Amino acid sequence: MHAVICMKRVPDTTANVKPLANGRGIESQGVEFIISTYDEMAIERAIQLQEAKVVTKTTVLCLGPKDATKELRKALALGVDEAVHLVEDREFRDPSSTAECLAAALRDLKADLVFCGWKAIDDDSAVVGGMLAEKLGFSYASFVVKLDAAAGAKSVTVHREVEGATEVVEMPLPALVTVQKGLAEPRFASLKGIMASKKKPLAEKPPGGAENASDLVALRPPPARPAGRMLGQGAAAVPELVRVLRDEVHVL
Amino acid sequence: MTAIILVYLESDGVALRKPALEGLGAAAALAASLGGEVHGVVTGAGAAAVAQSAAGCGAKTIHVVVGGSVATSLPSPHGRAVAAVSKEIGATLILFPATVRGRDLLGLVAGRLGAGAAADATGIEVAGGVVRVTRPVYAGKAIQVIDVKATPFCIGLRPNSFPAVAAGGAAAAIVSHAAPDAAASDATVKESKVPEKKTVDLTEAAIVVSGGRGLKGPEHFHLVEELAAALGGVVGASRAVVDAGWRPHGEQVGQTGKTVSPKLYVAVGISGAIQHLAGMSSAKCIVAINKDAEAPIFKIADYGIVGDAFEIVPALVAALRAAKN
Repeated sequence: MHAVICMKRVPDTTANVKPLANGRGIESQGVEFIISTYDEMAIERAIQLQEAKVVTKTTVLCLGPKDATKELRKALALGVDEAVHLVEDREFRDPSSTAECLAAALRDLKADLVFCGWKAIDDDSAVVGGMLAEKLGFSYASFVVKLDAAAGAKSVTVHREVEGATEVVEMPLPALVTVQKGLAEPRFASLKGIMASKKKPLAEKPPGGAENASDLVALRPPPARPAGRMLGQGAAAVPELVRVLRDEVHVL
Repeated sequence: MTAIILVYLESDGVALRKPALEGLGAAAALAASLGGEVHGVVTGAGAAAVAQSAAGCGAKTIHVVVGGSVATSLPSPHGRAVAAVSKEIGATLILFPATVRGRDLLGLVAGRLGAGAAADATGIEVAGGVVRVTRPVYAGKAIQVIDVKATPFCIGLRPNSFPAVAAGGAAAAIVSHAAPDAAASDATVKESKVPEKKTVDLTEAAIVVSGGRGLKGPEHFHLVEELAAALGGVVGASRAVVDAGWRPHGEQVGQTGKTVSPKLYVAVGISGAIQHLAGMSSAKCIVAINKDAEAPIFKIADYGIVGDAFEIVPALVAALRAAKN
């Protein structure tokens, strides 16, 4: 079973994101980039399944700027076998074009099991996983918090969590899952892993020519919130808060 | 272009959910600017009755897909059903609520149709016949503006961001469609555990009350629950308390949890780490209760009270209950 993890390089959640003055991107100076949170959980589960001899090969696939080499090497250091880097050649790529490029790469890789984070924590779209499943004709389960399979099996069993309900779902292979928090706790790379990662294959390829379905007009800071009002100290401020909620916010 | 706008009408199997009415509202505004017509689509259990309830809400036709492959709670067959209806009517814009299920379907439908997508929009405008979508990215740390340049195009609408359609319009025609064929790739549900108490999803709640580390332990979270109940809201939590295991991940508000835009957001004992602020800073009104007057949460709050949550919250709950009677 060949497991492929789709991985995105994103600014750290603690980063202070600032749009560039020209509105075409964000300031990268002083921003730390990481593997998107849910993708990192996916990488961990794929490695665990390989250690359990269920998965026979793991590949990490990333569509991202040249600098994403760092995050791809990190994935290799954690234990992934190989990396494929579709080196971004555009200023803006929208979800449909992203999905088209990744689908072509996944077909080439002959993936049996594809992991995607349920969303990337930068553009928050949460649509590329579903797009890929349909483009590839794979079985699909979203918000997966548990995934198990037997070696050589023709299916995987997952638990998905949707609005408080839990479903146990059997997915025929090839399958694509989107990962929710809970699937696995990411490990730290070992020194041995870091050394080994330097010799692992990392293939760089052009992403392909899929057209965008939308144009980027601008990226700008959010509107500033008007200055707030302190209502006072302790329980003495409660009557004023109740009045505000009733007369100004109109929620009572 | 004359627009044919299809709105995915999310229901709980019995009635339309509020985001569906907001979808019809956004569709009516688009149809008015672009010229064109509005359709709705309901899939799955109870769809026929749900379609009836939406009949006077501005759509020309409501498409109903029930039975067969869409009897499942899994999203793929529902996506195929919406895509098939979309093809049949030649939809140019397809609107989904940016709820948990709506976002899931959006990807499937867009993938199947080879359509463009913009998820989680907070604004749509039409200028010179071009549809322009505004959406928060980086969990609200920046705003992205895009122009739609190909059809069909799928747009997700963030709950509480678009005015709901007014009921009482002309009755829509209701058209039934056969469910799509089962596919070899379809997954199957082996077991399902539904929560005893159905709660409103955080992302579509009008009022959210969140608790953080200031509550000192999971045993004190009842304060947040009581305040949420008194306000008619839903409970949220900061990443710190979710990571500490006090609360389930489904309640986490922030960049790696849920992004919310309620009418009122009350933060209790939350200092306001940047990744939390990102998830809730688009709330219409923010109230913060924190003992540290320097906490970052007060920088974005509309109203603040400095003090001990253990003293303030019970007093507030009592006052709200009294105000109700």
